[in-house]
Amino acid sequence: MAVEIQKEKYRSKVGEVVLGATREQGGTRSHTITVGGESALPYLHFEGEIPNRPVVALEVWDMVPEEWNDCFKQYYGDVFNDPAAWAKKCVDEYGADLILVRLKSADPDLKGSSPENCAATVQKVLGAVGVPLVVIGCGNNEKDNLLYPVVAEAATGENLLLGVAEQQNYKAITSACMAYKHNVIAQSPIDINICKQLNILIAEMSTAMANRIVIDPTIAALGYGIEYSYSIMERARNGALQGDKMLAMPMICNVGQEVWKTKEANLPVAEEPGWGEQEERGVMWEAMTATAYLQAGMNVLILRHPRALALVKQNIADLMKSNSY
Amino acid sequence: MGLTGLEIYKHLPKTNCKECGSPTCLAFAMALAGGKASLDACPHVSDEAKAALDSASAPPIKLVKVGAGDWVVELGDETELFRHDKRFFHPAGIAVLISDTEDVAAKADAFEKLEFTRVGQRYAVNMAAVKCASGDAAKFKAAVETVAGKTKKALILIAEDPVVMEAGLAAAADRKPLVYAATAGNYEKMVELAKSKGCPLAVKGKDLEETAALVEKVTALGYKELVLDSGARETSKVLADLTQIRRLAVRKRFRPFGYPAIAFTDKDDPREEVVQAGVYLSKYAGIIVLKAFEQQQLLPLLSWRQNLYTDPQKPIQVEAKLYQIGDAGPEAPVYCTTNFSLTYFIVQGEVENTRIPSHILSVDTGGISVLTAYADNKFSAETISAAMKKAGLDEKIKHRKIVIPGHVAVLKGKLEEASGWEVMVGPREASGINKFAKEKFA
Repeated sequence: MAVEIQKEKYRSKVGEVVLGATREQGGTRSHTITVGGESALPYLHFEGEIPNRPVVALEVWDMVPEEWNDCFKQYYGDVFNDPAAWAKKCVDEYGADLILVRLKSADPDLKGSSPENCAATVQKVLGAVGVPLVVIGCGNNEKDNLLYPVVAEAATGENLLLGVAEQQNYKAITSACMAYKHNVIAQSPIDINICKQLNILIAEMSTAMANRIVIDPTIAALGYGIEYSYSIMERARNGALQGDKMLAMPMICNVGQEVWKTKEANLPVAEEPGWGEQEERGVMWEAMTATAYLQAGMNVLILRHPRALALVKQNIADLMKSNSY
Repeated sequence: MGLTGLEIYKHLPKTNCKECGSPTCLAFAMALAGGKASLDACPHVSDEAKAALDSASAPPIKLVKVGAGDWVVELGDETELFRHDKRFFHPAGIAVLISDTEDVAAKADAFEKLEFTRVGQRYAVNMAAVKCASGDAAKFKAAVETVAGKTKKALILIAEDPVVMEAGLAAAADRKPLVYAATAGNYEKMVELAKSKGCPLAVKGKDLEETAALVEKVTALGYKELVLDSGARETSKVLADLTQIRRLAVRKRFRPFGYPAIAFTDKDDPREEVVQAGVYLSKYAGIIVLKAFEQQQLLPLLSWRQNLYTDPQKPIQVEAKLYQIGDAGPEAPVYCTTNFSLTYFIVQGEVENTRIPSHILSVDTGGISVLTAYADNKFSAETISAAMKKAGLDEKIKHRKIVIPGHVAVLKGKLEEASGWEVMVGPREASGINKFAKEKFA
């Protein structure tokens, strides 16, 4: 019996979103990054196009991340208090494709930094690196809603990816992105219906914004419910390929943040001697979480550890090789 | 799985003898189609009919067993391409490689340490692959003997020379190892060996086409305990081949691919190998063989295997009881939440982050989340106060204060009445626990 290679014919494909803008395009980035655009399931080059490889961001805070595991000090300790230098190191030394700036210090329970201060931080980072930026708020809705317009205006023309819009809180950020031409992260709580609903709400505010959405389906770390988010993501990507326009956006996920909360990444060897060395365990926990999500269709991964970044980038390079029959 | 009741009926004796327990042959055929009866119940079915029905109703991927005793690894019998469509059934075997040119005894000792306890579950690297790199049959035999003596787990014997394989099997045939591998050059002898010892056999081609052809030759010799190797070794190519094997077996009932598949990593760096193995694990490998040997490298891979093979329709639960976070004594704060494992782990993580030793009471809601359980009356004043009594909170805790999730603030009054405790309304989301704890308990 001859082997008849099975190729799926899909009705549709994932939309493309361009991040960043060069000088000619009104920004100051050295290059832009396009994500999405695939017309096949992850890395099945034999049945469709995977025109853009997934990209990997490293996470930079606008304040010293006291709660991060000590193992990060050897990589970032000298730049923890300088977001611009931190970002530059991530790009120049560790090879980050883009930088995620988390405006953590705006949190009223932490420093309560003003929107103007936050905007200044974003501008400093823009000045320090040439890669496109992802910028997200502190997580306090009220405060973030004050941040978005100020940060969006200060970065006019840079075509940021700004986050996050949620079902109960999407108007302020969407307006800011509309007014200053940025892209938006639409975050839903591991729920495919809310994911679609939120995209519809944003598209209703502006049809142009429908092509500027990156979905954050919310993820769990390996060992903490990864299989739920993995399956939601597989379903969303299948839906996109089968023609559901409100799921046909690239996806982003916060791997580093979730992984480095876990025991497995942080517990010293003394507490779990049978689990092996702590730092590499954390690196592998982060890399394995990312590996799984790449197989579910993830387009933008946010990581923390430079060694995990190197492993994930190697995996992406391997997966992007043609496997046509 | 394919055959309808009427199609089955055609093959039955149509005598309505009732000996199978069904009133008519047609009723029996219907029961067979619905998977509610077994063909064995019919004493009169002809051998021809039996063969026809068996092959048509056989699962798309055969169940193949490797190993003996407590550590038998069951592979295959999968029916899905996506776990959300039903589930994946038989977790992939994860094997580490031991070569007969290394210090075999030391490696086998280290292999036995690749067992872990995580969230109350035991994970293990459950196969050891012994490879003949020396080309020397006696040396290979000694290596297999050493490994078999040190572990009870399932074995894979890797040698393409049938003479070497025979020597290896002489040391461990009773352990039913996977014989790796039959190739175009050696398959007749390998089949004979595997068949005579009753061991499963890997069939290795140089691509999908050759693998399918080889499987047909092997099955023509009357052996069907098989594992497939398409020969691909590059990440992207292996992903494509594993996907094709699964699709052809499940969707097209392409018989030559109706067996579990084995994949080998080809990276030199063990960390890169583990990542590569993560790809194969996600997409359909039945066995993955790798060289990585460190605990911190293998634990993440085994955890992904555990997570991937859970049943998506069954919420995973933690045991409903009072958990101690840190060195929590009778004065420490008490939080309560449901026993849905996701909810519990998120709350646990946040409570740990407060760095204030605390207790968490996990209430049995049948493994569903706070709001769903509340709507279903499974997270109510009654169930929470019952859980408090069952966990012995009155004896274990000196103060009389319990924190409930902000989403169910409405339970405060009733729960205070039912339990006699003061009820504190916590944050709506677990992410607010740190701030809440700093204000109330620091």
